[in-house]
Amino acid sequence: MGRVKEPILWALFSGGGMVAALVLPALVFLLWIAAPLGWVTLPSYGELVELVRHPISRLSIFALASLSFYHWAHRFRYTLYDGLQLYHLNELIAVLTYGSATLLTLAAGFLLVAVV
Amino acid sequence: MAESITIEVQRYRPEEQSQPSWQTYEVPFQPEWMVLDALNYIKDNLDGTLSYRWSCRMGVCGSCGMMVNGEPVLTCAAYLKGFTPGPIRVEPLTGFPVIRDLIGDMSDFLEKLSRVSPWIMREEEPPLSKGEHLQTPEQLAEYKGYSMCINCMLCYAACPIYELEPGFIGPAAIALAQRYNLDSRDQGAAERMKTLSDAEGIWACTFVGECSTVCPKNVDPAGAIQRYKLAATVDHFKSMVLPWSER
Repeated sequence: MGRVKEPILWALFSGGGMVAALVLPALVFLLWIAAPLGWVTLPSYGELVELVRHPISRLSIFALASLSFYHWAHRFRYTLYDGLQLYHLNELIAVLTYGSATLLTLAAGFLLVAVV
Repeated sequence: MAESITIEVQRYRPEEQSQPSWQTYEVPFQPEWMVLDALNYIKDNLDGTLSYRWSCRMGVCGSCGMMVNGEPVLTCAAYLKGFTPGPIRVEPLTGFPVIRDLIGDMSDFLEKLSRVSPWIMREEEPPLSKGEHLQTPEQLAEYKGYSMCINCMLCYAACPIYELEPGFIGPAAIALAQRYNLDSRDQGAAERMKTLSDAEGIWACTFVGECSTVCPKNVDPAGAIQRYKLAATVDHFKSMVLPWSER
């Protein structure tokens, strides 16, 4: 896992940071604050499922989830690597963190295509 | 002398001691004094053997950077009254080998700085008769912020990565490389990219951001590095899509 891949990993990391920062606060506000307090009326469960089933929704949710996972992986990798100074485990950490993000991405894809 | 304040200074005299030690001085407390004034008082009145660097006393020369109570600061710009009631601990900048007392060895930085070619590079220099290179105020504004660096090394002392990965080129050198990359008169960006987009260049930075916090000139090295990461990533993807378009 050489540093040659670094631009790609960083692109996933920064893309994840940006979509998470832009989209998650809005989602949290709508679903966890505004809806329970009755400021907005959410569509019914069935209508929400219909909304999620739209190809653009599936694609957007997939991008949001996947990029956020890679954002976490990159951040957590360097937290372990620099924060705990585990330099000798560099490759293992990279495989575990980016591997987890890849597995989670596959799981998100599976959920969005096969389950929803 | 009405009031006084205690200054604890890290001493290291290699001909006398193998490990650094602490020495305590009582200096008069003057509300208008900076930490540097207190060090000068010690040097002039209490202990002439104390060694430290300083020159301009106005935050321009960048030579009086030290750790004061664990934070990298320019001692000529750090009021004593900001650290009352004391004691004030003064140490050399972290991350650099100590030569003597508060003086660190900066040769590692100077070597790295020269590696990023911090000067205007031209593929071909037009003859003098063609006149000067003109630049609009907008083109000047592009890089002016990065040109304010005074090489004081506070950003290196603040950067945890520089301490952990000694090969890291570091915040100021990358910001200065960006100062020339963004200059409309410069044509050396491709040349600098070889050094900068290396593992020891921008990719060693994990965006801790302390460099920009401590910078006395608001250079924002962290911002320079992030901007450069974006540029290097775009460049990387371009060369993946268009491998034949060699820079």
